[in-house]
Amino acid sequence: MALVLNEEQTMLKESVKDFLNMKSPLSALRELRDTNNLEGFDRSVWKDMAELGLTGLTISEKFGGLDFGYIGLGQALEETGRTLAASPLVSTVLLSTTAINLCGTTTQIEALLPELAMGNIIMAFAHEEKAQHNPNHVATSAILEGDNYRINGSKTFVLDGHVADKFVLVARTSGAENDKAGIQLFLVDAHSDGLSVKRTMMLDNRNSAKIDFSNVLIPKENKMNLESFEDLEKIYAIGAIGLAAEMLGSAQESFERTIAYLKERQQFGVAIGSFQALQHRAAKMFINIELCKSTVIKGLKAIDDNEDNLTELASVAKAKLGQTLKLVTNEGIQMHGGVGMTDEFDIGFFIKRARVVQQTLGDYNYHLNRYAKLKGY
Amino acid sequence: MELTLEQLTEFRNETRAWLEKNCPMSMRGQTKDIAELYWGGRNATFISEDQKVWFERMHAKGWIVPYWDQKYGGGGLSPKENKILSEEMTKLRCKQPLFSFGITMLGPALLKFATEEQKDFYLKDIVDAKIRWCQGYSEPNAGSDLAGLQMKAEDKGDHYILNGSKIWTSYGDNADWIFCLIRTNTEVKKQEGISFILIDMASEGVEARPIQLISGKSQFTETFFDNVKVPKKNLVGELNKGWTIAKYLLTHERQMIGGIGEADQKFKTREIVRDAIGLNDGVLNDPILRTELAIHEMNIDAYDMTIERAIDEAKAGNDSGAASSLFKYFGTELNVEAMEIIMAATGSEQLIVKGDTTDNGFIAKKFLRSKGNTIEGGTSEIQLNIISKNILGLPSK
Repeated sequence: MALVLNEEQTMLKESVKDFLNMKSPLSALRELRDTNNLEGFDRSVWKDMAELGLTGLTISEKFGGLDFGYIGLGQALEETGRTLAASPLVSTVLLSTTAINLCGTTTQIEALLPELAMGNIIMAFAHEEKAQHNPNHVATSAILEGDNYRINGSKTFVLDGHVADKFVLVARTSGAENDKAGIQLFLVDAHSDGLSVKRTMMLDNRNSAKIDFSNVLIPKENKMNLESFEDLEKIYAIGAIGLAAEMLGSAQESFERTIAYLKERQQFGVAIGSFQALQHRAAKMFINIELCKSTVIKGLKAIDDNEDNLTELASVAKAKLGQTLKLVTNEGIQMHGGVGMTDEFDIGFFIKRARVVQQTLGDYNYHLNRYAKLKGY
Repeated sequence: MELTLEQLTEFRNETRAWLEKNCPMSMRGQTKDIAELYWGGRNATFISEDQKVWFERMHAKGWIVPYWDQKYGGGGLSPKENKILSEEMTKLRCKQPLFSFGITMLGPALLKFATEEQKDFYLKDIVDAKIRWCQGYSEPNAGSDLAGLQMKAEDKGDHYILNGSKIWTSYGDNADWIFCLIRTNTEVKKQEGISFILIDMASEGVEARPIQLISGKSQFTETFFDNVKVPKKNLVGELNKGWTIAKYLLTHERQMIGGIGEADQKFKTREIVRDAIGLNDGVLNDPILRTELAIHEMNIDAYDMTIERAIDEAKAGNDSGAASSLFKYFGTELNVEAMEIIMAATGSEQLIVKGDTTDNGFIAKKFLRSKGNTIEGGTSEIQLNIISKNILGLPSK
């Protein structure tokens, strides 16, 4: 398969673009913020997204999904990156659905995938315990007691944790807190006794949660089938590539807005885009975005083709997008000048989202470091 | 006529068998330096009997330029057949039987812009390796501002008299003919007074002097033209329309330079750094260099993926347009960066150019030479100008 979209994928991308421009343009995020919306997203838009099929893109037809694969999901994510549409697409579809597809038991798959495909439940992936992404740091414990697991610990930066019906929880059944062995996934109902959720509104006006588990008992059937640390890494790799796709949308959109401004803004009697000092910086951003496009489609394709170098491709994509989105959003503010600093102009929304998505599943430094390790140095 | 899948498979099998039988073993393997290839021309010699045999066999087969029409000495292969041939040659690592600017640069221009008579006259000699070509574009006062070139042609009825000089002529001292951009009108906008003219370098008044670079000997010459007489039939395309041809060819050239490493030796940057600096518990002993190398390799991966994507886009009929300037800019910047990393890793040992070394500063010389990559074929700054104007549509002042 080539590194280009086929007709179906192109049509999907177009229809998501049209949908978001109509139902969830950037002004919708501004309104959610200005009206102090407690959930941070619009449930009616989420329902429409499910009707459009976005919740079932990676779910097989057997369970009511569209079976479009990750190239398909990537196109949807890219478009949400353009309008900064706030929705549980990352938490529920990209992360939790992936985890269930890969590590769910037959019972779990049969129970949850149809509900997920319909958009009936929101799920969050609870993994981070510190301010920096660290897959093998898991202190949260899950101890088998008779027919239950007893969960104790705390999670942070749980995307959409404040509205999730269920969590995919990363917890430890054995070993020390930085061991790669002994980590397992569990399904946890959000209303379980002993579980407390604290909503944390992030810089990008979207919401995460800090979650404390204090002697939470869950039935042992809720244990998932994480066979090795590599399985967990695979979920994170898929997540990183999906986020890179979203970042690609944001990078393109903020770049295009900046270029439009360079053509329109007059100083010294000419458009500021006629100045070579700005032109060369713009051209370099363009080049980097073109490189980003390739790393994203390559990564998405590798997920669908089940290639074994996924971790490396994920790090290339997330690092390259981390580097480029940072550049483009910084330059977006600088090239807009004073108005770029005002809340009235939309360009500031991109730098805010950029910083949050940067920290999700590992930032530029994390992925560059891991890439070097994978390359053998 | 479109060949069927069966016919293409048959062609592939026949081609593979023919190559296996006919390509001498010494004509297989990586080409370390393009200088070791056969270049043809009036004064050409083969470096080995195998090289001669390989050229002659491929020539007899019509595969010196397999995709050109048979009437011009080509093989008349369809794009699909040509692709199969090139894939099979890559698999067996067959060397090119002839390395020629006539094939890669002049040929495409003649095929697109020349008269039938000119095609008949020049293309066959390229295929037969009788004539070795070079390119005369830049001048001492026309580098980035190429259209400001001043070498001029005076109309003398049935011929032109040429005066001026060209610089950065690759292999100018070994070439037989040169294709030049020449000022034929000074009254109009500079791009509209340039013509594309072919010159036999054996003509009286032509002289090519080699240029010494910071890296030592080079393939470049400065080429002088002192009252050189050239028949008018050597004009390609219309008078004063040479800029169109030049732009067409520059796109070709940029792709060649951006794709550095295809023919030239590519350093294994990672291995050199690892060997020179050493690892501790799997991590490079120099954390700063480790970061630089990781950023470099990340960008190389992204660049290679972008080449792959551009090829796929082209096949799908989506012309990205951006391609040649992007690849020229980024490919050469990466090459320069690689040499900086290698220099940092290898330290003082590679700075020894005479004495206690067998390499004689090989890496240092390559490092110095790499500085030219971001200048030749249109500087990095010119590529950024092209992107900002042609692709981003940013206004000129």
